[in-house]
Parts: sequence; structure tokens; C-alpha cells
Amino acid sequence: MTTVRTKTAGAAGATEAAMTAKPRPGSRGFNTPSPGRTAVRYLLLLLVLLLVIGPFLWQLSTSLKGPAEDVYTSTPAFLPDQPTFGNYAKVADTIPVWTYALNSVIVAAVCITGNVVGCTLAGYALARLRFRGTRLVLGLFLTTLVLPGEVTIVSQYVLVRSLGLADTLAGVALPGSIAMLNVLLMRTAFAAVPAELDQAALVDGANVWQRLWHIGLPNVRGMLSVIVIFTFIGAWDDFLWPLIVLNDPQKYTLTVGLQYLNGTFSANPRLIAAGTMIAFLPIVVVFGVCQRFFFQGVEEGAVKG
Amino acid sequence: MTHRRWFTPWLLAGPAIVWLAVFNLWPAVNTVILSFTNAKPLGGGQFTGLENYGRLLDDEQLADALLNSIVFMLVCLPLLTVLPLLLALLVQRRIPGITFFRTAFYTPVIASAVVVALIWGWVLDDRGLVNGVLQQSGLTDSPVSFLTGRWLLLFSAIALTVWKGLGYYMVIYLSALANVPPELHEAAAVDGAGPVSRFRHVTLPGVRPTMVLISALISVSSLRVFSELYVLSHGQGGPGGRDMSVVMLIQMYSRGFNGHLGYASALSLLLFVVTLGPMLFLMRLNRKAA
Repeated sequence: MTTVRTKTAGAAGATEAAMTAKPRPGSRGFNTPSPGRTAVRYLLLLLVLLLVIGPFLWQLSTSLKGPAEDVYTSTPAFLPDQPTFGNYAKVADTIPVWTYALNSVIVAAVCITGNVVGCTLAGYALARLRFRGTRLVLGLFLTTLVLPGEVTIVSQYVLVRSLGLADTLAGVALPGSIAMLNVLLMRTAFAAVPAELDQAALVDGANVWQRLWHIGLPNVRGMLSVIVIFTFIGAWDDFLWPLIVLNDPQKYTLTVGLQYLNGTFSANPRLIAAGTMIAFLPIVVVFGVCQRFFFQGVEEGAVKG
Repeated sequence: MTHRRWFTPWLLAGPAIVWLAVFNLWPAVNTVILSFTNAKPLGGGQFTGLENYGRLLDDEQLADALLNSIVFMLVCLPLLTVLPLLLALLVQRRIPGITFFRTAFYTPVIASAVVVALIWGWVLDDRGLVNGVLQQSGLTDSPVSFLTGRWLLLFSAIALTVWKGLGYYMVIYLSALANVPPELHEAAAVDGAGPVSRFRHVTLPGVRPTMVLISALISVSSLRVFSELYVLSHGQGGPGGRDMSVVMLIQMYSRGFNGHLGYASALSLLLFVVTLGPMLFLMRLNRKAA
């Protein structure tokens, strides 16, 4: 959804401008910048790095500061005096933070399973099997993309409540466990598999399930990984929907639980910082391990804009 | 014949079609139906005609929310179309360690908005890091109320939205930059064009379609703001609830004793109408790109 092919316009303008510009001194080629330039580039990179990572480190540092250390000091200290994990234990005394983490894992697991199975099957049918109504179904899937999730959130809540799933983790997980965008992505992935492979298997007498399992699936692993990762992130980070569905503080997911901690016990920034890190670090680990899929995913448009 | 039994495709697509109908199409239809009723979280549901829509017109909180969205958009549009492009140019060259920098710059994107808002809430607290530095350096005598001022709170939310969005749009620009033929740059360089003139005459025309795409994405996301404002304001929406967004209003009316699902649905339809323009524009861009 997010890749855009660029046009090669502007070449004329470039050469026109080049005519009037002075030739550059030095005999270095275009692709070997001077050491000075490279140094400036690294300096700028470090500056941005400080701006981007700084707040996270500040939060991490706050979460490690003991009760004796003044966190409000006007001379901010980035390194804790005596680093302690005490706040992580204490946050678990204040809110059931590990239960919240488990709840988030459960929701994410249901969403991932649903999306992998549901979107693979539907994507395969839409891309590879000819049947009446394909166009209509496809059109309906596409139509849902112009609907921001927030627009239908009220009536989704009404629906989930009438299914008796209000205030349950199932109610949180169910609506997103087959995402329309992922169906379309899987359809695109299956459509890119060479048709000759399918035909050869068909000649050999393979049925639909065998073709899906042995020919389709091995060729769409990349897209499946992207969907798994983005579904995990989406479920883990989601806030508005679980906030609407859940009432009982025992059933909160991590994000809702953190807001609860923030609203109820705003006195101690060390505890909030510890809670924030509990929600943040797992995502960082997942991101670190599978980062190449992330960038691939963004390029292939696995994020609904 | 690609399959022996006629219902095989329906069996495969079945679950997804059920989800499409139950969790997407029906709620969309029901939003319209509910918007003509006085449905409450606890009972109600009589048809009340256009009452909810009349209420939209003289809801001052909604007027504030729409104003907030416009301010959000006006500030985010220039910042988030330009800064990520500069960032992409900075990380474009494959120098040693660049993967680390790219990954690090993307980190705020994958963090939950709640996590990011809690972190910034602490940084911008009356007794937090920024106020500490400001007072220490003598720039201000008393703490700046980043989180409790009517406009300051909104601008704090905008600041963290920009901060969180940088990496996302950077990656989009990176793939656009990769499609600008290097020969153009080489030719311009051989002809003696400096970096600035190459940026203006080679890079900018090359990424212009991406800029348009990103502007549309930002327009939509400015209208959908929720978590950042909600968490920064502890769910209160700032002084007098004047820092609400439309989605915050929807959330507020969908719960509790003062809830009004009918009115929340009317608000949802309003949100749909204002996002429809940029959404359709985005769909057209995607179809062109595909």
C-alpha cells in the first residue's frame, strides 16, 4: 500500500542547473565523499540518535532508580546512583502486571493464529480458484479498507456485547483475528506464484489442499512472516479497542493496564517507568530479531495507513 | 476445472467472509442505524430521527475537537513530509553501521502509542527532564505546563506524534529514493551541480509522488488521533476537556453511565465523512502504483 514508483522526470532540470553551476574541485568520484563529509554525516546521525533513543533511555534510567534517589532533580542524572530492579517488583505489587502481559500474549496469539489460517485459506481461494462471486467478494474486502477502524468501533462494541463477549479477552481478540487487509495481502502473494507450478501439480492429480500445502505455502513464507510480525505488534500495542471492551482490571491488557497505573497511582514515576519498560522491551526484542521483515513489510504495505 | 467440488473455494474463503460480514460490513451498517437512535450502553434504542445529528451542530466539545484536528494536520503535514525525507537522505548511503541507525530510528514506530505517551508524559512533566533543563539553564523561572495548558498539551501531543512518525515515513522515503536512478545524480554531479542543486533538481522531483502519498497518510492519521492525547491528559482531555479529539469523544460516549451509543455513532459517521476524501485519494494513488 505504501510503495510508489517514482518517475524519472526532472533530468532535464538537473542538467540545466548543472550548466550554470561551478565545477566541483578535487578529483574524487561521485560515490566517495570526503572524510570530512562522512564525519559530519556520522555527527548528524548521532544527534538524531540521541533525540530518538534519549527518551527511552531516560525512562529506562528512571525505572532503575531506587526510592532514595531524587528523580525530580533539576540536574538530571542519566545514570542511576545505585541501579535496582526493585521498581519492577513493586509495580507487580501495585497492578497485576504479569497477568496483563499474559493477557496481551493471549490476545496476540489468537490474532496471529486466526490471521495465519484464515487469511492463507481465503487468499489462496481468491487468487487460485475460479468461482462465481470472486469479484464481488474481492470488491467487498477492498471496500473495507476505506473504513478507519475507529469509525465502526462503537457498533463493534455493541456486537461483541450482544455476543456475550463484553469484558472478555475473546471479545478483544475476535474482531481482529481475520484482518481484511491481510486477506488481500495473502491473495497478492499467492497470485505471484507461477501458474505453471499449479498446473503441473494439477496434471499430477493433486487436489486443492495438496496444491495449497505443497506449492502455495512454500512460496508465500515471506508474506506470512510479515503478517505474523505486524499482527503481533498491532495486538500488543493496541489501546482503544481493549479500553472499550474491558471493564474488569484483572482482564486488562498491558496498554490498558499501564494507563490504569498512570491514572490511579501517578505519584511514583519510577513504577510507571518500570511498567512502560515491561511493555516496551518485548517489542524491541521481537523487532531486533526480525527487523529485516519489518522493512520488507513497510515496503509491501503491510501497515494500514 | 481447478477443483472438484463447487463449494471448495467457499470452504476456504468461508471464515474470512464470515469475518468480513460480521465484523466489518454489519458494524458499518449498524453504525448508520444506531446514529438514528438514542441507544445507551444500558438500554435505550428508540428511533429518534435526526436528533443526534442536530446535537452534532451545537456540541462545543466537538467544535474544539475538530479545531484540534485541523491544528494537528496543519502542523504535522509540513513537518512529517519534510523531516523524514531529510532523515532518509541522511541514512540512505550504505556506510558502516547504517543498519543500526536505521533500526534505531524506527524504534518509536513499533512502540505502542501508550508507551510513547507515558515516556513523553514523564519527560514533559512539571518536574520532568525538559522543565528541569529549562529552569537549570535559566530560560524559565517556573515550570512550563506542557501537559495542562490548553494549547501546550495539544502541541505536546503533536510533538510526540511527529517524533513517533519520523521513522515510519523515513522508510517509505527510503524505498522511493532507491528508485531515483543514480545516473541522474552522477550526471548532475559531473556537470558540477552541488548537493543543494542536486537535491532540488534530482531528488525532489523523484520523490514528489511519495510526498503526495505521505501527505494523504498524515491527513488521515491526524483525524484518527487518540492514544497520544488520551494518555498525555490522563484520559481527561485537558483543561475543560478542550483537548479532545473526535475519536476521544467517540470513546467517551461509548462507555459508562453518561454513554450515548447513538450519539457516538453519529460522531463516527462524521469521522468517516471527513476521512473519506483523503482515504479515496490514497486508494487511487495505490491503484496507480500497482
